[in-house]
Amino acid sequence: MERPSKAGLAVKGAILLGVSLLVIYPFVGVIGTSLSTETDIAKAGGFVLLPSAPRLDAYRAIFEGGTVTRALLVSVLVTGIGTLASLAATIGMAYGLSRREVTGSRAILVVALFTMLFNPGIIAGFLTVQQLGLLNTFAALVLPSLVSAFNLVVLRSFFMNLPNELMESARMDGAGDLRILVRIVLPLSKAVIAVIALFYAVAYWNAFFNALLYLDDTEKWPLPMILRMFVLQGRTLESLGGAAEAPAPVQAIQMAVLVVAVVPILIVYPFLQRYFTKGVLTGAIKG
Amino acid sequence: MTTSSQPRAAVTPRRVPTGTAGAAPRKLPLRRRIRRDRVMLLLTLPGLVYFLVFHYAPLIGYVVAFKDYQPYVGFIDSPWIGLANFELVFGDSRFWTSVVNTLKITLTQLVLFFPAPIALALLLNSVVSDKVRRFVQSVVYLPHFIGWVIIVSIFQQILGGAGALPNLLESVGLPRVDVMTNPDTFPLLVTLQVLWKDAGWGTIIFLAALLSINQELYEAAAMDGAGRWRRLWHVTLPGITPIIVLLLILNLGSILSVGFEQILLQRDAVGAESAEVLDTYVYYNGIQDGQWGPAAAVGLIKAIVGAALVLGANKVAHLLGHEGVYRGAAK
Repeated sequence: MERPSKAGLAVKGAILLGVSLLVIYPFVGVIGTSLSTETDIAKAGGFVLLPSAPRLDAYRAIFEGGTVTRALLVSVLVTGIGTLASLAATIGMAYGLSRREVTGSRAILVVALFTMLFNPGIIAGFLTVQQLGLLNTFAALVLPSLVSAFNLVVLRSFFMNLPNELMESARMDGAGDLRILVRIVLPLSKAVIAVIALFYAVAYWNAFFNALLYLDDTEKWPLPMILRMFVLQGRTLESLGGAAEAPAPVQAIQMAVLVVAVVPILIVYPFLQRYFTKGVLTGAIKG
Repeated sequence: MTTSSQPRAAVTPRRVPTGTAGAAPRKLPLRRRIRRDRVMLLLTLPGLVYFLVFHYAPLIGYVVAFKDYQPYVGFIDSPWIGLANFELVFGDSRFWTSVVNTLKITLTQLVLFFPAPIALALLLNSVVSDKVRRFVQSVVYLPHFIGWVIIVSIFQQILGGAGALPNLLESVGLPRVDVMTNPDTFPLLVTLQVLWKDAGWGTIIFLAALLSINQELYEAAAMDGAGRWRRLWHVTLPGITPIIVLLLILNLGSILSVGFEQILLQRDAVGAESAEVLDTYVYYNGIQDGQWGPAAAVGLIKAIVGAALVLGANKVAHLLGHEGVYRGAAK
């Protein structure tokens, strides 16, 4: 095909650069503001890209114990335990359904797939959690979203496309289904499992819906709930049970909490984004 | 769409514990087959229980829509009241406001958000340099992983009353505007936020569809003298039409659902008059005010209308000669 024109290239480049900057700008601003002094913030009009004298006072304020530290701990634990539980359930189910000859596997698959088309809804979901006695427990942050049908389908179709010969020969050697899963299937599926783990971990880390609905007890709140109170509703950290005297500007502390909430995602993302750009998911999405 | 399920090697007879070797697997009695597959079934069990308990059992909860439900009386003993809850809801002007607001927001998103990932995917697809494309992809996928609380906070910081944009406007002599609390522009604000979060992520599915277009078609079209734009129109677009139709159908099914978290977080700042949507109506009436019956009635209406819309749109797509949603899912 013919080479693109210079003008075309310039327009394309400008659009892509603009789009990328629109994504990056808010992150830089949030980090900049969290490191700023009162004067910097006033001068820049509330959003500092490059603080003149960066300082960590805001981070000291939120890490010296109290609300944010506790919420952070809750978020870390829920994310860790939730991700492991979700992975275990999803891997087991995807593997169990990956062989057509297994009794009932088609019916079970339909049961799972059908949930992609409807949603139990807020009231029905709440009544279920209430009936199970899970209100105000950490389990309410994990169990209602334990398995994502989408992740299940992605993983199952990956398992189904693994070379069958390997499993057959393992079976000849006397390996059972569980042994084949652990010794052959899982080692071959590291990349896709990593992607699914990321999806689950991010969902638990950002969890807001479940916490809002099922947790009244502020002491059990994960980070997003605290963020909402502190940044969006303008509550002070003291009123949420935090440190009494803030040594840093309120806006800097607010942005520091945002940074704490975003940084874990920014840390894992680079390791996993190559799977998205290479298209690990596309095969499954098309299925 | 191609399905991922290739014809698998013929089913090999699996080891049968009780030694009826030679019997075809299909003919085994159910109990034997379950025994044979017990490990696989046990592995499936936790997930199955999850789907039954948290997706199917809750449907029973919708009986509340036909009851005067009092939590302390319980499901079973609360009296049946027929359609009284529905009458109550239909007579509530706040319900109709939330219907109108929901439709306003979803239609704004359909018009302004839906084409964005397609355009961005076409642009990315036309980038020759692998490095540049991968870089832009990595950047624009990122916001998808940021939670709504964080996104709304960031928007507040930039566009809100004391934020960067009003300050900028003031410094160049323009009046300060606060779009975060302006009821009139709320659908646009919500759409802008969705664009920031998901326009990039949405390209994945279109990029995959673009990759699967047969390159020979382009060469043939070029040989016939078709220019860049004609090839886009006659080769590229037909290549991704099935996926566009599929996503439109799914969008139509969720026309009564807008991001609950996203809207809830901003409802108080903007005011219920323009920011109350069906889901927040259900939340505030049901969970907050204890009006379980009417809230469940709204949830039920929403679920039924949504299902009807998906099925209807799917039918239309079939009539127009497209595959629709279900063909792939049944495999």
